[in-house]
Amino acid sequence: MDQTRRDVLRASGGASLFAMLAAAGLLRSGPTLAADWNKKAFESKNIKDALEALGAGSPADSADIVMTAPEIAENGAVVPVAAVSKIPGTESIAFLIAKNPTALAASFNIPSGTEPSVSTRVKLAQTTDVHVLVKANGKYYMTKKEIKVTIGGCGG
Amino acid sequence: MADPMRIRAAVKDGGVNVKVLMAHEMETGQRKDSAGKPIPAHFIQHVSAMWQGKEVLSANWGPAIAKNPFLEFNFKGGKKGEKIQIIWTDNKGDKRTDEATIN
Repeated sequence: MDQTRRDVLRASGGASLFAMLAAAGLLRSGPTLAADWNKKAFESKNIKDALEALGAGSPADSADIVMTAPEIAENGAVVPVAAVSKIPGTESIAFLIAKNPTALAASFNIPSGTEPSVSTRVKLAQTTDVHVLVKANGKYYMTKKEIKVTIGGCGG
Repeated sequence: MADPMRIRAAVKDGGVNVKVLMAHEMETGQRKDSAGKPIPAHFIQHVSAMWQGKEVLSANWGPAIAKNPFLEFNFKGGKKGEKIQIIWTDNKGDKRTDEATIN
C-alpha cells in the first residue's frame, strides 16, 4: 500500500492529488481510496514491466503459494482463479496474466485478521501463464500456472 | 446507478466467509462497436470491504476482471448479526456501497 502511494507521488506532482493522498493517510482506519490505484502497473504490457511498477523486482519462486485454476478454460471471458498463500506475514496477493493486453489483473491487500486467500474471475485473451504474486514481510514471491483458452475473453 | 451487489457473509470455520457478486460491465477498452469505434474502458478499479469500521480487504482491479465480478475471501473476528459493507469505485467515478448481515 505504501509502495503504491510512493509510486503515485513520484509519477505525478499534482497538488490536488497530494491533498487526496494526505486524506487517504488520515483515513487509514476507513476504506482505502481509489487514488491508490497504481496506473503505471495496471498499464504495463508485460509481466516484467508490471513487476517493476509494483516494486516487486524479480520475485522468488515459491511452492507456498497455491493457485487454483482450470487447466483448460473453454470461455476466456470468465475464468475462475483463486490463490492461497502459506507464507507467514502475507500482505498482498496479485494476479498477473502474461499474454493479456495489460498484465496486471488485480491486487488484493490482506490486512492482519484476513486470511491470505482470495478468489475471483478473470478474462484471458488467449492461452497464457497466470502468475500469482505475493508480498510477505516486504518480500515478493511468485508462482505461475498455464491456462489453455479455447475462446478468448478480449477483442470483439 | 449500478444495480445492487449480492453479498453473502456466513460464519465458517471460526471466520467469516464473504462472497460478493457485483453488477458491472467491466468493459476493457479493447473492443470495438459495430461501427468500428473503440468502446471506452469502464471497469471497477477499487473494492473495499468494511467490518466494524475496519477494512478487512481492499483490492485494486484492472479491466481483466470478468464482467459482473465475483470476489470471495475470509476474515476472522466477525460474528453472526454483524454487518459488512462492500464499496466499489469504477474508473468513471461511479461508486456503490452495499451492506449484508453475517449469518
